[in-house]
Amino acid sequence: MSTARPTVTLTLAVGILFSCALILLHNIDARRGSAIIRESLYISSPAALKRMSLGYNGLLADIYWTRAVQYFGSHHARSAEEYDLLYPLLDITTQLDPKLIVAYRFGATFLAERPPMGAGQPEKAVQLVRNGIQHNPDDWHLYYDLGFLQAWNLHDYVGASRTFANGAVLPHTNPVMGVLAASYATKGGDISTAMLLWQTTYQNNQNEMIRQNALQHIQSIQSDEAVTELEEVISRYEEQTGHAPESFLNLVYAGMLKGTPLDPTGQPYELLPGGKIQVQDPDSLPFITKGAPPGWKRKTVPLP
Amino acid sequence: MRIGYIAANTFREAVRDRVLYNLIVFAFLMIGASLVLGQITIGVERELLVNLGLAAIAFFGVLIAIFIGIGLVSKEIDKRTVYTVLTRPVQRWQFILGKYFGLVGTLAVNTFFMGCGLFLALLYMTHKFERADIYVLIAIFFVFLQMVIVTSFTMLFSSFSTPIESAVMAFCFFVIGSFSTDLHSLSASAKGIVKVFATIAAYVVPNISALNVSTAVAHGEAVAGATVALNLGYALLYSGAMVAAAALIFQRRNMK
Repeated sequence: MSTARPTVTLTLAVGILFSCALILLHNIDARRGSAIIRESLYISSPAALKRMSLGYNGLLADIYWTRAVQYFGSHHARSAEEYDLLYPLLDITTQLDPKLIVAYRFGATFLAERPPMGAGQPEKAVQLVRNGIQHNPDDWHLYYDLGFLQAWNLHDYVGASRTFANGAVLPHTNPVMGVLAASYATKGGDISTAMLLWQTTYQNNQNEMIRQNALQHIQSIQSDEAVTELEEVISRYEEQTGHAPESFLNLVYAGMLKGTPLDPTGQPYELLPGGKIQVQDPDSLPFITKGAPPGWKRKTVPLP
Repeated sequence: MRIGYIAANTFREAVRDRVLYNLIVFAFLMIGASLVLGQITIGVERELLVNLGLAAIAFFGVLIAIFIGIGLVSKEIDKRTVYTVLTRPVQRWQFILGKYFGLVGTLAVNTFFMGCGLFLALLYMTHKFERADIYVLIAIFFVFLQMVIVTSFTMLFSSFSTPIESAVMAFCFFVIGSFSTDLHSLSASAKGIVKVFATIAAYVVPNISALNVSTAVAHGEAVAGATVALNLGYALLYSGAMVAAAALIFQRRNMK
């Protein structure tokens, strides 16, 4: 009896004190918020970090890469417009482990996309991939990514053609590199070349996030093309009848369409009064430049 | 034969040490944690597992080598059991060598089990073994060689100082050895007296960094056969020199 009482009291004390500590910790975490990531950059010198790792710089690079992913993910989730620490995190990661290809490739995607999809820093993305090529000169994927950034984000078609050509002569390269080099040299930034670029990205990537992004770009380009064609059909109808069609049925009866046209996601297009075409769900085609409802703004697509 | 008996006894004594199991449990926890960390990153799941697994094996292996190594000789002196051994036809150098082999044997068994843990985690993650995993095995072997060296200089320090001093010196020696590449760079670029000191330091401290290939094997890069042979030779010669020095000091030590 005499030994049971202290045991019960001490067990209760452990439970109560630990629970209180957890409640306090919860409050502390809530106060700290995003500052946790900022603290990690108090050591911003990759050389110092390399020395502190005692030779395990690969492990430290993996940790910094994970922090970069978490930093991007948390900012992306709240549709942030600024990603100030993304490039420094990626720079530290790749200096700690210059062979961490994934950090160059994904990092460039994170940096290049316009806010809120990414950091909107294509120049820094180019710088990151150029560093990657310097340390991994035989990896054709990096030439592909650099050419992609030059063509799609910077509209530097001559530079892109040269980069694709450099990547085309590497051992174990992808034959599409030569095709892209020729396309950009002759056609510049036309839609067929852009489509080829995104299709190559879709086919050559294992990661679901990158593939999903590429698919949305492909579908958005297809939708833009379809909207252009439909508006041409409507113009021809107006020329023939003297008035705008009231519905797609008018165009079907006139033999100009086979049925109600569908966008690449399978949703029917809407025909607005005055002969304008509009997509029903612009959020499923976030990169469209035509057919979006007035005032629509691109939303952040959740990461898979 | 006498060395074998002492080694076997040292092994039995070491595996009874609670510190050993605590550290092994922590090593397994870290390897397990890398599987969880792999869920919150992109594209580096295998790299993270290999890097963290090798770092855990090395870190906890070195701690075991230091914390058990510092007590090998001093405990025997404190408990006065050393007199029982040395009154028999056992030379002092045989005692030191037996103790050393006993601890190296313990570390070999620990490294084997921690390596198995890492490979099980790899199998759980990738569902198959691949050619690049052979290089992970080589990296684990190099980590074991690090422990062989650490044990040797821990024994050297413990042959003339207290356990606490030995632990501090051994840990510092290990850290400086991890910077040996920087010391070599410094000796190449410095001039005058700094160059002399840097060159001496670069060759006296153990070249631990040469035995760390974790980043390369995490990327599936091959480790050349010549590198394995040279590292093995270096570890055996360096640790042999340290153990011989420890035996020399112990030989001349006044045990009264």
